[in-house]
Amino acid sequence: MAAVDMNMPILIVDDYKTMLRIIRNLLKQLGFDNVDEATDGSAALQRLRDKPYSLVISDWNMEPMSGLQLLKEVRADSRLKELPFIMITAESKSENVVAAKQAGVTNYIVKPFNAATLKTKLSAVIGNF
Amino acid sequence: MAVHASNGAHDLEVRVSQLLKARSDVDPRQLIEAVEAIMATAQGDLSSANLKLYAEIESLAHYIQNARSEIASLRPDEITDEHLPAAGEELEAIVGATEQATNSIMEAVEAIEAVAAELPPEQAERITNAVTSVYEACGFQDITGQRISKVVNALRHIESKVQALLIAFGGDALPKPAAKKGSKRADGKDRPDEHLMNGPQNAAEAISQDDIDALLASFD
Repeated sequence: MAAVDMNMPILIVDDYKTMLRIIRNLLKQLGFDNVDEATDGSAALQRLRDKPYSLVISDWNMEPMSGLQLLKEVRADSRLKELPFIMITAESKSENVVAAKQAGVTNYIVKPFNAATLKTKLSAVIGNF
Repeated sequence: MAVHASNGAHDLEVRVSQLLKARSDVDPRQLIEAVEAIMATAQGDLSSANLKLYAEIESLAHYIQNARSEIASLRPDEITDEHLPAAGEELEAIVGATEQATNSIMEAVEAIEAVAAELPPEQAERITNAVTSVYEACGFQDITGQRISKVVNALRHIESKVQALLIAFGGDALPKPAAKKGSKRADGKDRPDEHLMNGPQNAAEAISQDDIDALLASFD
């Protein structure tokens, strides 16, 4: 198995700037420093179309475009459809998880989460590091 | 026992005029139509069933009037104009305050983490682990923010329902209760500590410590 590229570009999406900061810092602690941010789905989609990313970590509840809608847009885009997509959200009802899975989510983290969970889910998506 | 139509009609006319005097907001045409409809079904005589129906309508009118009075005594205008918007603003202020505090905490621990990188590995790891725990804990701001947003939305929903209720009961036509004397506790009693209940101010209305110092200095 190929080694994980620790310099892979990662896009994190959340409308709470505090949460963006938390995720960025935790990713940095894990060794990932090439991180960009967006505060809603539409801004994220624009970034994804402007620049190649290796991973998206997105919140669900955002305006005007939600994380779920972003996921659907990504999966419907021929250039982006294979992009690993982790949903990180307080939406923990089973129907939410099912909806995300049906839309093509790669993995799902429920808030509040800890660094160990983030590392485990990242490893499951991009390989052990 | 059946009542002769002429006596019944006279009684009804008297009652109608009394009702119109008592309730100026009742549409006379609707009332007349209702009475005529009852009279038409009587075909000369008012049966006991008709009288019962009339009594029911009168009872319904009383019920609506009482409901209007009770709703007016609840001061729905205060609920929509003052209490609910104030509660929403306070909750939004909580979100803002926790966000600000969380960012301050994050800045502090980021500085600590930067220092940790300069320490021997064992000490650095211990500090980094503690910093990680702080980062994780700071996620509370996002969670509480979302929960408070839900409460704010619920308040907005209640506000719209109260406004709809006001409109349904005639809005401005609601009887005006006596002027309020002061805020009440949950048990309905007046609050003796009302004069103390200012609490933290909203940022837009608050004055800064510098403003306060300047104000105090102005007395010197």
